[in-house]
Amino acid sequence: MAQGMNNLLGLRDLSPEAIMEVLDTARSFREVLERPIKKVPTLQGTTVVNLFFESSTRTRISFELAERRLSADVVNFAASGSSVSKGETLKDTARNIEAMKTDVVVIRHSSSGAPHFLSRFLKSPVINAGDGINEHPTQGLLDMFTMREKFGELKGLNVCIVGDIVHSRVARSNIFGLTKAGARVGVCGPKTLIPDYLDQFGVKVFYDVDDAIEWADVLNVLRIQLEREAGGNFPSIREYRLYWGINESRLEKAKRSLVIMHPGPINRGVELDADVADGNASLILDQVTNGVAIRMAVLFLTGVKSS
Amino acid sequence: MKIKSKIADEQQMLRSLTRLAHEIIERNRGAKNLGVIGIKTRGDFLAKRIADKISEIENLHMPLGTLDITLYRDDVRQKLKLPELRRTEVPFDITDLNVVLVDDVLFTGRTIRSALDALIDIGRPNTIQLAVLVDRGHRELPISADYVGKNQPTAANESIVVHVVEVDGVDEILLVSEEPSGE
Repeated sequence: MAQGMNNLLGLRDLSPEAIMEVLDTARSFREVLERPIKKVPTLQGTTVVNLFFESSTRTRISFELAERRLSADVVNFAASGSSVSKGETLKDTARNIEAMKTDVVVIRHSSSGAPHFLSRFLKSPVINAGDGINEHPTQGLLDMFTMREKFGELKGLNVCIVGDIVHSRVARSNIFGLTKAGARVGVCGPKTLIPDYLDQFGVKVFYDVDDAIEWADVLNVLRIQLEREAGGNFPSIREYRLYWGINESRLEKAKRSLVIMHPGPINRGVELDADVADGNASLILDQVTNGVAIRMAVLFLTGVKSS
Repeated sequence: MKIKSKIADEQQMLRSLTRLAHEIIERNRGAKNLGVIGIKTRGDFLAKRIADKISEIENLHMPLGTLDITLYRDDVRQKLKLPELRRTEVPFDITDLNVVLVDDVLFTGRTIRSALDALIDIGRPNTIQLAVLVDRGHRELPISADYVGKNQPTAANESIVVHVVEVDGVDEILLVSEEPSGE
């Protein structure tokens, strides 16, 4: 019997069993996505609210598709054009929407901990769609799912996350999730973008990207987040690209074949060259497809319980 | 759960399945344009045996699929525990095929109702026929089986348990009485 979940706030507080349950459940939904009719009636009558306080393309569309493919009713909220601009607080906004009898809340917010805060007073399950620099659990899960589909299992896999680690919620969710699943995790980037808390999670740190390529089965390349002022941490985009950018010639030097992942959106020609992003080793579009299946699984495991 | 009696042993179950296979061939005048789909988790094993039997008799390869109906159940939100999600695997196009749906026990008819929805989402079969190993009565929906292994009238507090060798280590059909606290 499946256990289900009350919330999905982060992978840090999820048990390895719960993580595996999401990944296994997502395989069933992956099959639904291959059907001519990509829709099942499971969440009929359940209303899901997408609270997006921060811009997003992939995650927002992916969640909305997942909701609609489970036959849920969907309400989209964007901070711009709402009463947030009149000064309404996050708490009031969320409680007012819930008072209209909605069932599940998906939230993206630029403040770390915003979903945890909501979960303290909302009756509905809360799903974190990215909070500040804390976690992006569904991205972590879909990365794990994609790696597991490719390699069969996560145990013993060497995964290196490259780029701006300190500002990255994707990196954190990857680290928490992958280490729980028995994978070895490394990070690679300029010293200024590597956080100092990594030792407690047994994460290997590389400062030379060629060493990371030598070690890794998977390179999960992160976007340089210029909007989070990563720009101040290295001299120039050109220099970043020269030392940390992943390109074909770097990969050719590697003794073994590895796969390339990226959570998107890509700064082509900065952290990742276009020919690598579109090359045979790239799993980037698989990640996007799998994202819908993962989000269906999370909505199934939280949403069915709530009604 | 208390076992009241054994309705069928391995031999009797085998005979029932063989008869079902023959009836399916007879009704469809052969086995061309036919596909067999079992409902998880016991129906799929029975479906495989029926398909193998039909393949053997008609000397052809019978298309075989399995259906997980969890996402289509009307009680998915009433249960305290979530049923584990398994996968639907139908490796052939069911459109214009005569599909034989196989399940172990026909009871309220709600499982079959869900299965019909699930089937129609993956294609448009020419006909859908229903084969069950045991019909125990107590229908709540207007659904009936085309092929029945055994009609077994039961009381409301009784239940039918089908064991298959693949998962339970033994082939048998049991009539059991449920504990008052049962699911």
